[in-house]
Formats: sequence, C-alpha cells, structure tokens
Amino acid sequence: MLLQVRGLTVRFGDDVVVDDVSFDLDSGQRLGIIGESGAGKTLTSLAVIGLLPDTASVQGSIVFDGVELLEKTDAEMTLLRGNRIGMVFQEPLTALNPLMRVGRQIAQPLRIHRGMRMKAALDRATELCARVGLPDPERMARMFPHQLSGGQRQRIGLAIALACGPSLLIADEPTSALDVTVQEEVLKLIDGLVKQEGSSLVFVSHDLPVVATMTERVAVMRGGKIVELADTRDLLDSPRHEYSQLLIRAANSSDDDFLNLARPGKT
Amino acid sequence: MTAMFQTESLCRTFKLPRTRVLGAHASRRALDNINLTVNPGDRLGIVGESGSGKTTLARLLLGLDVPTAGSVSFLGETLPLADMKSFRRQVQAVFQDPRSSLNPRMSVADIVREPLECLNIEESHSARVDESLAAVGLSKEICARFPHELSGGQRQRVAIARALASRPRLLIADEPVSALDVLIRDEVTAVLSGLTTNLGLTLIIISHDLKVIARLCDKILVLHRGIAVEHGAVADVFRSPTHEVTQRLIASVPRMPVARNAP
Repeated sequence: MLLQVRGLTVRFGDDVVVDDVSFDLDSGQRLGIIGESGAGKTLTSLAVIGLLPDTASVQGSIVFDGVELLEKTDAEMTLLRGNRIGMVFQEPLTALNPLMRVGRQIAQPLRIHRGMRMKAALDRATELCARVGLPDPERMARMFPHQLSGGQRQRIGLAIALACGPSLLIADEPTSALDVTVQEEVLKLIDGLVKQEGSSLVFVSHDLPVVATMTERVAVMRGGKIVELADTRDLLDSPRHEYSQLLIRAANSSDDDFLNLARPGKT
Repeated sequence: MTAMFQTESLCRTFKLPRTRVLGAHASRRALDNINLTVNPGDRLGIVGESGSGKTTLARLLLGLDVPTAGSVSFLGETLPLADMKSFRRQVQAVFQDPRSSLNPRMSVADIVREPLECLNIEESHSARVDESLAAVGLSKEICARFPHELSGGQRQRVAIARALASRPRLLIADEPVSALDVLIRDEVTAVLSGLTTNLGLTLIIISHDLKVIARLCDKILVLHRGIAVEHGAVADVFRSPTHEVTQRLIASVPRMPVARNAP
C-alpha cells in the first residue's frame, strides 16, 4: 500500500471542511476525487502533501509508504514534496515563479533532492522539457513563465512535479484553466507519463468525463465527506449514492445531447 | 425581416505595448473582417479557444467597445445609436461569474431594479422585478436577500433576472455557466433555454464548451485568431465540420467512457 488515509478530518475553527475521509492507494493505482466546489477535494490533497494553511487543524492518519505524514515536521515534509510526491496545480501561472526561467525551476527539485550541480540539473531540465512534449526544449528552458502559453506552462508544471520520479503524483484540476483542445493534449501527456514512470496518481477534478477516463477508482466527495468510493467502471454502471447518481445522470445527458448532434449520418 | 444585429467587415485591432522586439507600432488583430447576421429568435453560439476574439466580439455587439474598421448595426442602425438607453433596454448581458457581477452590498430586489432606474423605465418597478424573478424561476421571498446568501445557481439566475428587467429582445451571455458547478450548470442552462421558448428572446451565448452550445443554440460561429472559420446551423457544423479548428474542438470534448448502462 503506497498511501493509506484514515479518518482524515480538517477543521478551520469550528468548520469541518474535510470530514472523516479514508481511502487507500496502491502503487501504480489511479484515484480520482470528484465533487462540487467546497466539497473538500483540494483540502484533502493538500493535507496529503502537508500544504494546508497554518490555521487548519488536522486529525486522522495519512500513511505514505509506511510512514505517518501527519507526525512529520515541515522540514521533513519538504524532503518528500517534489521528491517522492509531486504535485500539479490548477493555475500554472500562479504555481510558477514569474521571476525565474522555467529551466531553473525544473532544475530546483533536482538540486535540492538529488544534490545535482547546476549544470547537470539544467541539462536534465532540458531533457524533461522534451519529455513533456515541448518543442525546441533548449529554447523553452530559457523562457520565463509569462512567455509561454497556458498549455506550455502546465507542461512545465508537470516537468517540475516529475523531475525526481515521484511515487505519487497529485494533480489538482490540472486542466481546468486550459482550452479543451489543450486539455486533451495535457491529459494524454499525464496519462502517458504516469504509465511510463509507474507512479500512482490522485486526480482531483469537478469534471466527471475527465476523471472517468483518467482513473480506475473514484471517490465522490460532498460537504467534506466521501459519499461513495468505487471502481470507476462500477461507479458509472451502478452508482449507489444519490449524489453520484445525479452527477452521472447529468454528465451522461449532456454527453448525449452533444453526441446526438455530432454523430455523423444521423438526422 | 430586419436583422437584429449585422456586422460588416468588423475589425478590432489592439495596439500592443511598445517592446524592443516588436517596435512601437506593433498591433494585434483581435477580430478580422467579421460579417455576421443575427436574426430575431436566433440562438447563436460563439465558440473558439481563448484569445480567439469571442469576448471582443461580444463587447462590440454590446456597444462597450468601438470597432477599428467596419461596423455593427442594430435593427438597421449603426452603433453607437443616438439613443443608447433605448439600445440598452433591448440588449442586455449576463457575465461569467455572478460573484463578481452582482454588487455584494445590494439586495436582490435592488440588483434587479437597478437597470430600471438607469434606463428611465417608468412602469411599476416592483411589478417588473417580480416578473423578472418569476421568469428565472425564483420566488419573491428572495428579494430581501443578498448575493452571499444565495447558492451559485440562484446568483446566476439573479444576474439573468437583472438582464431581463428591461424586457430586452436580445441577451448576450458570456460564458454564463462555466464558473458554475456541474449540477448548477444544468439548472441555469434550463433557465436560459426556457427564456428563448417562453419569451421569444434572441440569444447569443459565448462559450468554449460545446456541450453548452449543443443544448442552447441552433446556430454557431467558430472563431480562430479573430477570423470566423465556420458559421452555420449547429447540427450541420457538429456533424460535418469543414474547418480543421472546428474538427479539433469537437474531437477534444471530454466524453464519458463508452460502454455504460444509464443509471
């Protein structure tokens, strides 16, 4: 078991924002977390990598590779983040440092966690640019974030997250800020890279069709709770919770409306 | 039949800030030679990637921006009209995020009433407020509430009610559901769809989401880098897209995995 979350509860004052959440993730497995805004998806994933704001109080247990993360100090978590656990955020423009060339940003985790020299780390960063499908990687590595398109920035975010070959990648709405055409490319890229690296994936999104194609297991969250946790296939075929049924019915019917128009040869 | 909106060789160019590389006179053509006719009762979807000119076109149609070349005419008269208040009564807008488009310090009743005051509408304001709220399926009890006390769907419905207060003939909605949660999207989409059938409203929807367009529109304009690359009936364009950009947009719409039983 790579990740084992038990009874995770996050509070802001008296507000319970994540409520008794438990799930397991095997090595190489992909878990989707779906729900509406305020459901606790992002806070759950932030809790796993220890990036919750200081005002949050956390209870429960998060065991990663046999180690309890909630007992770790900030300094100890820093050794894991960007190393064994990588993370990609929704808005790549705010996730990247605007004052640093992207090559250096990719090189950073390699220097910190692998102790690589700058020259070697930068060379590796260029390789990673190529790996995430950026054309002309030497030139790309010398760019600043504002010089790149949204899709290119998110590819850089992925390169940073994957630089140290993490066992777990957490992607929080990684394509929600992107155009549909770019979204498709980035999803394929995440899919391919996770497969090649053999990493586990936690994929957070509000978009059911996207989650359903990216993951093999899905946790449906609402009001801080996981209301249903099932294999993706089973969830789509026979959702048990009323809220999952609503989500799936809505996604299917908007799919159908679109497909009925787009299907060629039908009048 | 007089067209509701007609654009003739509509262009909008933005000057770029002076940079060393591009020099002083660099500019970017956000809209290039758009010829578009919107007839009464049309439900037109404008789609394209970000930066394709969708919002620029909406702003020009709303008279919030001035073309660099070409023109926009409303019912045969070129914008800006001599009487812009009359234009505003007939053409209203709904924006993406109701949290930022509604004044947090005004009650729902005041929000919906505001255009009536701005546009010098004499008729009983409270009757119009009730009528507009009813049209979007909200009850009168909501009048005393403030935006933060409403759900996301109710907030966007209030924004639509405000747009309806002056009894417009045409509504321009710029990404009206993309900031909303999935289930709320359906609620707001149903409201917008009802308006076109019940009130005979002409609708222009700007969206990057083809599923929304499929539900709400019968015509579609595809923009790419400021150029209209495809224009026609939604069913025709979706079934046999001729331009590569449209084909890519349609192919990349996320779909549910195929083999499934309906719940």
